[in-house]
Amino acid sequence: MDHTVKAFDADIGQLRGLISQMGGLAENAIGLAMQALQRQDPALASRVRAGDKSIDAIEAEVERLVVKVIALRAPMANDLREVVAALKIAAVVERIGDYAKNIAKRVPMIESDQRIEPMSILPAMARMAAEMVRNALDAFAARDAEAAVRVVESDAALDDFYDSIFRTLVTHMVENPKTISQVAHLLFVAKNLERIGDHATNVAEMVYFAATGTQMADRDRGGDDIVQEYR
Amino acid sequence: MTASQPKITARNVSVYYGATRAIDDVSIDVTQDEVVAFIGPSGCGKSTFLRTLNRMNDTVASARVEGQIHLDGQDIYAPDMDVVQLRARVGMVFQKPNPFPKSIYDNVAYGPRIHGLVDGRTALDDIVEGSLRRAGLWDEVKDRLTDSGTALSGGQQQRLCIARAIAVDPEVILMDEPCSALDPIATAKIEELIHELKGRYAIVIVTHNMQQAARVSQRTAFFHLGHLVEFGATSDIFTNPKAERTKDYITGRYG
Repeated sequence: MDHTVKAFDADIGQLRGLISQMGGLAENAIGLAMQALQRQDPALASRVRAGDKSIDAIEAEVERLVVKVIALRAPMANDLREVVAALKIAAVVERIGDYAKNIAKRVPMIESDQRIEPMSILPAMARMAAEMVRNALDAFAARDAEAAVRVVESDAALDDFYDSIFRTLVTHMVENPKTISQVAHLLFVAKNLERIGDHATNVAEMVYFAATGTQMADRDRGGDDIVQEYR
Repeated sequence: MTASQPKITARNVSVYYGATRAIDDVSIDVTQDEVVAFIGPSGCGKSTFLRTLNRMNDTVASARVEGQIHLDGQDIYAPDMDVVQLRARVGMVFQKPNPFPKSIYDNVAYGPRIHGLVDGRTALDDIVEGSLRRAGLWDEVKDRLTDSGTALSGGQQQRLCIARAIAVDPEVILMDEPCSALDPIATAKIEELIHELKGRYAIVIVTHNMQQAARVSQRTAFFHLGHLVEFGATSDIFTNPKAERTKDYITGRYG
């Protein structure tokens, strides 16, 4: 049902639009940063870094709008949960954009004449992370608690992927000491992707709370566990 | 008195004005140490129900109350119930401040005098000062106790009415939109007062101001078309209401 005050619906609609727009930009930034990495394309990488500013600008816009809605409309119940969730999600999506930017930053440092073999396994992980971001934001747009739960559950697969890439990269460094300076950057790229998955999980948890009014059951949040020492 | 023991117990209460049913089968408990808020759209019956708790509806000729309302286990609609005594135990503050056209002192002293609660001028002075202090009004009026109560500002008049209500040492205070005629500062003072009075008196407040209900009460009851739709912890009602109708009302979607 619509609000008696139509402007309230307009504000909420605008808020949802901004979050979707921001999420789309962040998801896109992940893909472009990985493309720049694969193709060793510093020009594309610097475009990704410049594009992060528009994500930051939308975050500021979301903050401004949320403060306005709280001050003028005093939202209650599901409205309040949604507005608070939007504020928190905007901050998390901004962080996701920062990780994409960080990946792009590493592109010039990895430039090398020889192809670094383990690079080929990173795009699959990046697609998985970007998909989590998209699914989490789709869940927000649809107020879909079940979809949010699926995003949270999918994080385990991304973590496994990260563990396996970590081992592969370390093995590669041991066998090819000359590539250590480049592959070390790839370790960070993998870690960034893993963190993006954690943040998508956070978004999904907020979506769940906004939609249902209850916290998703306590679970291992990931992100803090350390990959087993290389054996 | 333990926290969980109900002060007021209403069971299956229905109220009729002639053939019209204004309240339909409402059951509610209010404990000694809490503030309960009644919310709902105009005409939902919340004020009608509030007024059954000290039999104010007796003054409406066409009103008829069914069901049981007990105060400390005592049936307040029993034939031998002294209604004047009941209203001393269950005091009331109204939407519009209604001080007597008497001095500030006499407004507060009136109740204790007619109920014969005091012996001597000094004791009465103490009650007047104590009541005005608890109502947060003493410092503003202590030098002008002989001025007329109606000469005070609206917010001061409302606090005078609260002082008048607590002067007879009630157990329960009913407030029917006590701030709707007041400016924001006077409203804040009444809300602060409610916080201070909480625990000493059970308080039931009817309000149209959702934020006020959320701020001052521990439990909130939502009324709609004479029905009690939802009654629960205020924090739940305003963040995660169970009933769709409650949600639509508090989020501004009703009607």
